[in-house]
Amino acid sequence: MFGNHNPSSFRLQPRECVFMSSFGSALWSSVGKKVITGLTGFLLVGFVIVHLLGNLTLFIGPDAFNGYAHFLETAVHGWLIYAFEAGLLVIFAFHIAAAVTVAVTDKLAARKQGYKYAKNAGGRSRKTLASRSMIISGVVIAVFVIAHIFMFKFNAGNAFEKDANGTKNLFKVVVTAFKDPAFTAFTVVAMILLGMHLRHGAWSAFQSLGWTNDRWLPFLTRAALVVSIVLAVGFILLPVVLFINGDPNAVSHGGH
Amino acid sequence: MITGNRVLDARIPAGPLADKWDRHAMDNPLVAPGGNRRKFTVIVVGTGLAGGGAAATLGELGYNVLNFCIQDTPRRAHSVAAQGGINAAKNYQNDADSVHRLFYDTIKGGDYRSREANVYRLAQLSTAIIDQSVAMGVPFAREYGGALANRSFGGVQVSRTFYARGQTGQQLLLGVYSALVRQIEAGTVKMYPRHEMLDLVVVDGRARGIIARELTTGEIKRFAADAVVLATGGYSPVFYLSTNAVNCNATAIWRAHRRGALFSNPCYTQIHPTAVPQMGDYQSKLTLMSESLRNDGRVWVPKKPNDKRRPNDIPEAERDYYLERRYPAFGNLVPRDIAARAAKVECDQGKSAYFSPQSVYLDFADAIKRLGKDVVGDRYGNLFDMYREILGDSPYDTPMMIYPAPHYTMGGLWVDYNLQGTIDGLFVAGEANFSDHGANRLGASALMQGLADGYFVVPRVVASYLAGAKVSNVKADHDAFKAVEEESRTHLQRLLSIKGKRTVRDIHWDLGRTMWDKVGMARNTAGLNEAIAAIGKLRESFWHDLALTGTAADLNKQLEQANRLCDYLELGELMARDALMREESCGGHFREEHQTPEGEAKRDDANFTFVSAWEYTGPGREPVMHKEPLVFENVELKTRSYK
Amino acid sequence: MSDSSASKGSSAPKDAATKGMTIHLKIWRQAGRQAQGRFVDYTVHGIQQEMSLLEMLDILNEDLIRKGDEAIEFDSDCREGICGTCGLVVSGVAHGKHAGTTTCEIRMRQYQDGDTITVEPFRAGPFPIIKDLVVDREAFDRIQRKGGFISTNVGSAPDGNAVLVPKDCADNAMDAATCIGCGACVAACPNASASLFVSAKISQFAWLPQGAPERGRRALAMIAQMDSEGFGDCSNHGECEAVCPKQISIQNIAKMRREYIKAAWVGADKVRSSGGD
Repeated sequence: MFGNHNPSSFRLQPRECVFMSSFGSALWSSVGKKVITGLTGFLLVGFVIVHLLGNLTLFIGPDAFNGYAHFLETAVHGWLIYAFEAGLLVIFAFHIAAAVTVAVTDKLAARKQGYKYAKNAGGRSRKTLASRSMIISGVVIAVFVIAHIFMFKFNAGNAFEKDANGTKNLFKVVVTAFKDPAFTAFTVVAMILLGMHLRHGAWSAFQSLGWTNDRWLPFLTRAALVVSIVLAVGFILLPVVLFINGDPNAVSHGGH
Repeated sequence: MITGNRVLDARIPAGPLADKWDRHAMDNPLVAPGGNRRKFTVIVVGTGLAGGGAAATLGELGYNVLNFCIQDTPRRAHSVAAQGGINAAKNYQNDADSVHRLFYDTIKGGDYRSREANVYRLAQLSTAIIDQSVAMGVPFAREYGGALANRSFGGVQVSRTFYARGQTGQQLLLGVYSALVRQIEAGTVKMYPRHEMLDLVVVDGRARGIIARELTTGEIKRFAADAVVLATGGYSPVFYLSTNAVNCNATAIWRAHRRGALFSNPCYTQIHPTAVPQMGDYQSKLTLMSESLRNDGRVWVPKKPNDKRRPNDIPEAERDYYLERRYPAFGNLVPRDIAARAAKVECDQGKSAYFSPQSVYLDFADAIKRLGKDVVGDRYGNLFDMYREILGDSPYDTPMMIYPAPHYTMGGLWVDYNLQGTIDGLFVAGEANFSDHGANRLGASALMQGLADGYFVVPRVVASYLAGAKVSNVKADHDAFKAVEEESRTHLQRLLSIKGKRTVRDIHWDLGRTMWDKVGMARNTAGLNEAIAAIGKLRESFWHDLALTGTAADLNKQLEQANRLCDYLELGELMARDALMREESCGGHFREEHQTPEGEAKRDDANFTFVSAWEYTGPGREPVMHKEPLVFENVELKTRSYK
Repeated sequence: MSDSSASKGSSAPKDAATKGMTIHLKIWRQAGRQAQGRFVDYTVHGIQQEMSLLEMLDILNEDLIRKGDEAIEFDSDCREGICGTCGLVVSGVAHGKHAGTTTCEIRMRQYQDGDTITVEPFRAGPFPIIKDLVVDREAFDRIQRKGGFISTNVGSAPDGNAVLVPKDCADNAMDAATCIGCGACVAACPNASASLFVSAKISQFAWLPQGAPERGRRALAMIAQMDSEGFGDCSNHGECEAVCPKQISIQNIAKMRREYIKAAWVGADKVRSSGGD
């Protein structure tokens, strides 16, 4: 009596999609895409938290920061970072692919003729500026991610200064970069958008995975607000402080 | 009144009351499963509990079903609006309920004007309805132990009403709808939403199909079948203002009536005592406030006529709690017809709530004092909120105002025990037929009848008709179909060509006023004669002054309503004639000439223990009445008393 | 531009109440499915507070007809918030600004003399406009057909109390089952997603032991149909819950996803449970 669970009935499923099994098509259904977005979103939030904690070593000083970076690059004979980067790339790819497909579906197919007068219903709605601008904040964050990888991982194509142990002076690169008002401003904007992205995304991921109910949802939405503010403020603090009184040639006060 | 000499035979199976339905099954032919059943096509008009239930069940059995509804989806049939519950003789509460008690309560509640055998079958089937609905996933209210919960309802002494919050009708209808969509997907039922039946096609004395209009395109289509089931509900909007949905109509049954189906007991209408009062001439419908409110609310009016003070300014000594005064035993919980009429009696003496001359107070102050605001809020909060949206007052602070409103019509097409009308192959189910409720329907019994007819009776009786009837092969290209289709088309064009100045609503409003004032809660000879004359005039006005725009080849709701109104203008007159003929008071029919000195209804069992069955004799000609005598072998006729 | 008054023809009793409000309306008119639509301005006078929004439209329509114009087509039936037939976007919000009510329950009390109200149809690709404010919502029926039922034939049911259902399961099922299928969730969703509607049905049956044997198939089949109808994907805006006349919670959407994930992971027919979460 039930209709066949026919993969061809799914919209916007790429023909060359590698998942042709029924599980694969389920993965790319409307619910599947939410699961992908949610799961990858979780992992990305985890990554962002760890990233922020790592960044805080900048406040301790050049040695701490450079040492931390050196550790990451050399752990498990340098394999850890590659594995980590590869994983992140895949996660980002899925997160973006699923989210973009959702956005494209919604914009192009589901409501071609929009409302002339549309208002928020308010009340129990969770629609916010943040929830409406996920795709925009997402795109800006993606651009920022690429830009800051280019700046910090590849030093914009230049060679890194290294000390005797072969530790890169990433500290100098970072502090120098944030002496540039344009890049600092871009970073601040991107981090505000990251905050907005997480303000909706952090609780939405739970909802997308089905890990909510009426008891937990109010808590999760509030927790998402707190997490998004803490992360945004944390990430904004750093470039702003460095812009104001960062010294690219500072040397460590402690240790040695 | 012209009385015909036909005495209708209800074809009730012989034998003891309790064995009749089983005996019926054994005595009638069957259609074997499989290909044989697929050869038969059955048209079902309506997708409420009766129609949708019948369509789905016939589909399950393997018949080829064509199912029609005027709504955009079958899930919106007006059964959806029933609030309170559904009765069943389960005796889950161990309070000595039984099939026989439910049978007896229904017969008594109907003021001894219903057919014993049908009512008994209804009571028998009631238990299976609950089982079936539970199996379909209807989320009835439950106790903490997981068992089904019951409430008491409508002046009976047992607790046998099953419910799903205040949305029992909706939940049962969604159960029907789920069974229906399953059959649609399986291909046994073909669904035609937004299709309105315009006429019945009769070939060689048998109902062989319908003409229907697709409402969105205006296309008029022919559908042929081996049997036709009408389950199109009641006709309360003949009063214009009623608690029914604005699209409820009598057109399907009226057109069948014009084709030869007799119409029974049209004057039996149920006026529900607790609706929001009428407000202004702009109104489109009346909103029902659940009957359950009378469990805790006290009904009163000011003792002084024309007292325009606000209710909270009227001291206790100047209030008349008239139900408690007149009916000390049942108080505010007297049956619907009695509570409704009592309100009218007070208002007719000028004693009413300040809001309008047709409103009384329903006061929760005592209940709030006794139970606290929270408990009252838990019980009735939703209704109080709804009331506040409409009238702007909060019933927590100031008494609610209510007045009776037309709610349900017990009359309908005459059917025999097999739910077959006086045209062979025409079956009528649910509120559209007259069969089970006599002169007054008990609360929580409409859903029971709809599902009994839909799930159990119609599938069985239609099957035995198909197995035994040897119907000839008639297709939709038969001349009879062409002729009726042409008539339907001409009729709509005629409506559009009047080009007068009065809107459909304007004329409908006038009909409603006449019906409410003269064929409403209390009727008398003079008033009924006036009504017949007034409706005749209004019909003339309709055919001269009707204003319509648009075309018949497009979505045109004004045209739909005009088409329905034109039937109401004929049905209204028949209701008045039936009320005039019935020189007694019984149930929802109250003739002022026939009352006790205390103002209670006075039945005339010697002369009126029969079902009237009216025959249509042509436009502008007086109808002819035939009779089905009612024989009571299992209950003793008594005077209802709630004192 | 058209002017209308709430007082009726001479045959109807005159309302002795106040003069009433004047309301300006911007109403979407569209001659047919393929036609180009537009907003038309109307002004109505003598509007009473107790009047419903739809009654105001009735009056406007009568006036249009008397002038020989075509009436504005809009769907409505029970006019008490239970049938799900009516559905308009009123001044930018599906079913109007009050929570938990349908379009037919909007009373003019909510407005002031001189207010302007815009009236648009529910807009979504899978809800094509038929005429003016009337839309085609048959997509919902097609989704229901794929699994919005329990496969049981009449006659095969055990006694109603043979299977006990814990009260909280029954209550949760009922919360979901109150859906009236009006489509406001789709209309209000920025993505035109039907998730709330579909989840309500999946959730209702999943909470009940009677619905448990098919819960996996049901979730997969109904969601597949929802997707193929062209509804948008859900982005958890929750606008649906805010406009839902029955205030059905988005926790049903979460539950629908659990059902779906379970079924996709272990296989549609291998989801074993007696109903519940």
